[in-house]
Amino acid sequence: MNVLPLYAQLINLFAAILLLLSFAMLAQRRVLSLIDLFAAQGLALAASTAIVAFGTGQHHLYWSAGLTLVLKVFLLPWILYRLIRQLDVKWDFERLINVPTTMLIGIVLVVFSFNLAVPISQLASTVTRSTLGIAMACVMLSFLMMITRRKAIPQVIGFLSMENGLFFAATSATYGMPMVVELGIALDVLVGVLILGVFFFQIREQFDSLDLKHLEKLKEGE
Amino acid sequence: MQPDAISLVLAAVVAWLAIGALGIAGLRKLRFVSRVLFPAGAGVGIALAVVAFLAIGAPANAVVLPFGLPDLPFHLRIDALSAFFLVLLGAMSAAISLFSAGYFRSSEGTPPGLICFQYHVFLAAMALVLVADDAYAFMVAWEAMALASYFLVTTEHRIPEIRRAGFLYLLIAHVGAIGILLCFGVLQGGSGDYTFAGMRAAALSPAWASVGFFLALFGFGAKAGILPLHVWLPEAHPAAPSPVSALMSGVMLKTAIYGLLRVAFDLLQLQLWWWGVVALAFGLVTALFGVIFAAAQTDMKRLLAYSSIENIGIIVSGIGLAILFKAYDKPTLAAIALTAALYHALNHAFFKSLLFLATGAVLHATHERSLGKLGGLIHRMPWVAWLALVGTLAIAGLPPLNGFVSEWLLLQAFLFTPTLPQSFVNMLVPIAAAALVLAAALAAYVMVKFYGVIFLGRPREANLAYAKDAGKHERLALSLLAAGCVLLGIFPGVVIHALDPVNVLLVGSPVGEAAGNWLMLAPFGEDRSSYSPLIVLVVIVAVVLVTMQVVHRYYHGRVRRADPWDCGYPLQTPRMQDTAEGFGQPVRQVFEPFFRIERELPTPFDATPRYRVDASDPWWHWIYVPVARAAELAARFVGLIQQGRISVYLTYSFVTLLALLFLVR
Repeated sequence: MNVLPLYAQLINLFAAILLLLSFAMLAQRRVLSLIDLFAAQGLALAASTAIVAFGTGQHHLYWSAGLTLVLKVFLLPWILYRLIRQLDVKWDFERLINVPTTMLIGIVLVVFSFNLAVPISQLASTVTRSTLGIAMACVMLSFLMMITRRKAIPQVIGFLSMENGLFFAATSATYGMPMVVELGIALDVLVGVLILGVFFFQIREQFDSLDLKHLEKLKEGE
Repeated sequence: MQPDAISLVLAAVVAWLAIGALGIAGLRKLRFVSRVLFPAGAGVGIALAVVAFLAIGAPANAVVLPFGLPDLPFHLRIDALSAFFLVLLGAMSAAISLFSAGYFRSSEGTPPGLICFQYHVFLAAMALVLVADDAYAFMVAWEAMALASYFLVTTEHRIPEIRRAGFLYLLIAHVGAIGILLCFGVLQGGSGDYTFAGMRAAALSPAWASVGFFLALFGFGAKAGILPLHVWLPEAHPAAPSPVSALMSGVMLKTAIYGLLRVAFDLLQLQLWWWGVVALAFGLVTALFGVIFAAAQTDMKRLLAYSSIENIGIIVSGIGLAILFKAYDKPTLAAIALTAALYHALNHAFFKSLLFLATGAVLHATHERSLGKLGGLIHRMPWVAWLALVGTLAIAGLPPLNGFVSEWLLLQAFLFTPTLPQSFVNMLVPIAAAALVLAAALAAYVMVKFYGVIFLGRPREANLAYAKDAGKHERLALSLLAAGCVLLGIFPGVVIHALDPVNVLLVGSPVGEAAGNWLMLAPFGEDRSSYSPLIVLVVIVAVVLVTMQVVHRYYHGRVRRADPWDCGYPLQTPRMQDTAEGFGQPVRQVFEPFFRIERELPTPFDATPRYRVDASDPWWHWIYVPVARAAELAARFVGLIQQGRISVYLTYSFVTLLALLFLVR
């Protein structure tokens, strides 16, 4: 039996952690814990990227890993924490579909993603190709999380987590995107969070709540 | 070194743009704008007309501008066709700018400096349309023209109806622009070369050429007002300030005619006979419809707008006839038909601008557009009334004025044609000629109504007594246009001779010396038919003078003054005069199927009887309302998707993503 080198095994381990964290985020009720989970996901991502960089000698990936660490483990969670403190929202939240059903749908999505990733993995020549399925599953699960949440902040966290999944997919399929693109995306995410933060205040000022069901009134007609 | 014609045209365009920019600088300085900028624009117009007139006979002259998109510079070119329309633009802009100098006042709407800017951008864009030599430059200029005129139409943008009229205009202008864009796409024939030179070189199959021609007919027809795309004209013209109406009707509609000619005769290398038949049919139907509707109107500017539709119909039928003859390889006949069309375009520019400006003067003096509240203005506004009379007679097609010449020429082209090789077409030509005569006669009827109700009789409202005649700028402008109408009518030989380079360019044959000298017009030889406007004029003047002398000598002094018999009506008020509605009633009655009439008749026992009749355009109900309903229905179905919940929208994208991933894997 062909034994994988240690770093490849580690990558697989971190990929599994990433997937696990995605599921955890899907099921998490409290917003503060959600941010912690997001930070943990960022940490796993940074670690796995660094290991890929170490194992394959792709030095530019060190930069990516560092960027991820700074941005997604420290900066974004800090911004989000501050937002929550300022908005004074530390509540539990309900969801549209109950947790077991959401989990089941998540499992179906994971199966679908793995199924989808098989032909692509065979084409890719990287050591990390087996993790592509997991990366896609992370994207899907984050998307599902955005769909099932009704409050504004968890939706933004879902969006950020989706970006994590995309980043991981890029690393596992082609050893990362060009540095310029990566920097661009990082900046986009940062600016996006800042703008959304402003929106939070605006929404709350308008509706006295961050519940997105108030936005339903904005539709035309009736 | 003598500067070439195209550089001079370009200089005129730049001068107009500069004047417009100065208008922006003096946004609310009405005196500066009206006393300096508009007359300056008129001067540029005269210069442009002279340059272009000299360029009609000169060889074509092209230039590539160093700007535009990367690898896609603007190509400009002036040839006989462009030059002819530039003459028209220059002459009209000169007169209309002069009128505008006295017309625009401070109002609630757009400030005068901004009007000046929009106006001169409009002029410059029209000039660029006429000299553009690639599809890209043409479309840019065309859209600039549409936008500038849209803003001019909505000068009084605080009034909702005017905003609505402007929107309708913009909408149809864009629908037409799509047609033109697609037409150019077809004409380049897969070569990807969008210069006009490339389009001339493209060898199109007859099927694709037909597609190209009909797209052009559709696209330019939307701008010109060919049925059924005419609905914007009667809305936009009453909404726009009168000089803008004059410019749009007199010049902008002609740019559409220019485009149609450019595509049909220059860019397309072959013409099929049935294109001519279709254009002819559309032209005649448009002419008839336009004139019948003009007869039913009670708003003087709407009436003129419908009359513009009629005249465009006549011009288009002339073009259709020219295509027909060209396709059957009879270039001389084609040249006569084309001359008639071009001549009518020129004439229409003159008399329609004159009449629109006259309505502008009336509007300023009385603040009234409705014919039912005007009347007797010849006593209050003699200048405007007499000058408008010239325009009215010209548009009615009476000799020796210009309207007669072009309509006569077109009829000659219809009637004195040798048998064409297609018996079906041979049967069609007399019917078409009859329709044309009907339209011309009805046009005279409409103009009698227009003039009689506004200027003759007694004032229908008390406040008309305070109407003041136009100022000196306005008088001068109206006099210039009226003089143009007279001169174009009296010296047709000169004009036709000047038009020959256009004929040679488009149909490959001049009308020739046979068309007559400066005195006599005889396109098919003097033994068949001839017309000498100068002799007609001399006879008319002589008859009038002799009659006056006779009356003066034999009857003068034997007048008995007494109370007239009052027909048994002791009380007569101005409201008992024939009204616009009453005058148009016979036409409404005869052509009832053309209208969509709603009547409200009082019962015999009504204490306060009210009579209301509303004759509206049936094309609204035949085409536009169904289209609008269909769009609304489709929008309602699409609207079902709009739930308002973010999670639902996210689900849409999620499902789409999954479906796409599933499909492409």
